[in-house]
Amino acid sequence: MTTVAVKPATMAQALTRAMRDAMAADPSVHVMGEDVGTLGGVFRVTDGLAAEFGEDRCTDTPLAEAGILGTAVGMAMYGLRPVVEMQFDAFAYPAFEQLVSHVAKMRNRTRGRMPLPLTIRIPYGGGIGGVEHHSDASEAYYMATPGLHVVTPATVADAYGLLRASIASDDPVVFLEPKRLYWSKADWNPDEPQSVEPIGRAVVRRSGRSATLITYGPSVPVCLEAAEAAREEGWDLEVVDLRSLVPFDDETVAASVRRTGRAVVVHESGGFGGPGGEIAARVTERCFHHLEAPVLRVAGFDIPYPPPMLERHHLPGVDRILDAVGRLQWEAES
Amino acid sequence: MTVMEQRGAYRPSPPPAWQPRMDPAPLLPDAEPHRVLGTEAAAEADPDLLRRLYAELVRGRRYNAQATALTKQGRLAVYPSSTGQEACEVAAALALEERDWLFPSYRDTLAAVARGVDPVEALTLLRGDWHTGYDPREHRVAPLSTPLATQLPHAVGLAHAARLKGDDVVALAMVGDGGTSEGDFHEALNFAAVWQAPVVFLVQNNGFAISVPLAKQTAAPSLAHKAVGYGMPGRLVDGNDAVAVHEVLGEAVRRAREGGGPTLIEAITYRIDAHTNADDATRYRGDAEVDAWRDHDPIALLDHELTERGLLDDAGRQAARDAAEAMAADLRERMNQDAALDPADLFAHVYAEPTPQLREQQAQLQAELDAEHDSHGGAHR
Repeated sequence: MTTVAVKPATMAQALTRAMRDAMAADPSVHVMGEDVGTLGGVFRVTDGLAAEFGEDRCTDTPLAEAGILGTAVGMAMYGLRPVVEMQFDAFAYPAFEQLVSHVAKMRNRTRGRMPLPLTIRIPYGGGIGGVEHHSDASEAYYMATPGLHVVTPATVADAYGLLRASIASDDPVVFLEPKRLYWSKADWNPDEPQSVEPIGRAVVRRSGRSATLITYGPSVPVCLEAAEAAREEGWDLEVVDLRSLVPFDDETVAASVRRTGRAVVVHESGGFGGPGGEIAARVTERCFHHLEAPVLRVAGFDIPYPPPMLERHHLPGVDRILDAVGRLQWEAES
Repeated sequence: MTVMEQRGAYRPSPPPAWQPRMDPAPLLPDAEPHRVLGTEAAAEADPDLLRRLYAELVRGRRYNAQATALTKQGRLAVYPSSTGQEACEVAAALALEERDWLFPSYRDTLAAVARGVDPVEALTLLRGDWHTGYDPREHRVAPLSTPLATQLPHAVGLAHAARLKGDDVVALAMVGDGGTSEGDFHEALNFAAVWQAPVVFLVQNNGFAISVPLAKQTAAPSLAHKAVGYGMPGRLVDGNDAVAVHEVLGEAVRRAREGGGPTLIEAITYRIDAHTNADDATRYRGDAEVDAWRDHDPIALLDHELTERGLLDDAGRQAARDAAEAMAADLRERMNQDAALDPADLFAHVYAEPTPQLREQQAQLQAELDAEHDSHGGAHR
């Protein structure tokens, strides 16, 4: 009997595999965007797709994001299932009108007669030393637009499972890829049957009894690290990875906070008008009588994304998370 | 050895990668808008087509008048009339095969109706009981697009998808002169040309973007000239000459279907009515200008040709008017019935499956409605 050694795979490779498998399974799946063909994308996430499926299935488009998304809408209207790559978070903004006025609304305005099954992949967030316009945490814009699903993976396996689910969805999905996790690795065998993760289910990444860290995407590994460090302080932290911002899994989040009685929301996006305000309100509405302290937020500052040499001060880190945990009114315990 | 060192042997040459790509001359529009009516070519026009265009134009004008009247009676929230532009609206619908797709702007209700969309369902958006009232797949008419020019990339994508699937389907996208200033116009034309997508762009240059005249909109020699920059042919046509518009559209559709790629057509026409019933056109244009265009009326032009050729008499005119009146009477009657509204629809079509949050909100609204019902003594409204 032989055992196959499982090699570590990166999140980028899992995403590529998800598109490859989706394209192999369904001829209506088309990948399109800037540099996605010959080059394989600036992050190489579409590497090999044009070679395997041809340029009609993995298409280098002209450099125009509204045009890319607008033509993808037309393709979806004709029954294709486009997977659009926006090259960077801040380069997706030219497509905003198409996203808000058409992608998000087409099912609704046609009374369900014209759903748009399309996936919009956007590398997002900071921490890669990117220069201006390459590091925005833009999720709040998409969350605020009814009609879109907003999904973001934090692990290699979820990158595969959630992208497959997004491509299979009959609704438009904004699929936010934490670009600093592209090269994160895990033992993941692409040749084993993979699970397709349902959109809209959060997952408890680490169980704990003292307090809940509610987070997603690029901040998940930071929270797990903070939870390890917190053991020295005597705190046993639970970490909930939301995976999907829309729909939002109130059930899993509220169940965790009811168990622990304390919660901190952690994300890179600015705090003011950011996802954390909505999440804190939802938790408070559902868990008020279980809470030992106000729900706190650790977010990016309310500033334009900083230049790379200063970004470490902006991004939520272990110390800032532990500081917040320390402010959860533990004195009441003694 | 550097260039400086080999100066003696060095000969300047053209940029290495540069190649001439295309002779722009064949793409240029003609100096004058293409016309048929009033020219010798009119004699060759198919009598059946002329009669059909005439009947549709008369019906279309009546539709515009009836819809405008419905705004005054409070039955429509707003109506952007295409009176004066009926030739473009009707020819657009008639130039397409059944399997083709039409992408109208908000002023193109008439084109949708001429293509077969139910006259009442076409007005749902403007009545306000929903957004798109018709099934886009039934007659292959995309939703009327209010955000300017955003429907153009949809047309390109759909045409491209059809070609990838091996279907000989053409998309016709309609936009106004103001819409040509939008970025989506540029991106759509560029994508269409790069992909050689089977799509036809019809710009109705009706002189105004609400109040702003073309001179403030563009410095291009004509809107049709813009085609050259994308590498597609531009055509200029008299937009009030229904036969000429039909002919130019027909050629462009044929060319697209045969794999020849996209065409940009500029139809010169005029918006006789104000932008909508909520607009006051006297603030930005004079009567003399409007009167000059009334003398170049699309129905009168066609009437003259049909009469000269003995294809139309008073009985024929009356028959066209009677058919239009019947349509208007039916429209009035059905629009005067209150729309059936179901508040539950607000949540039904946001996603394939409502999210848990939307289910909660729907329950909240239902509770509010039940309470309202009780406080009105059971008189549900």
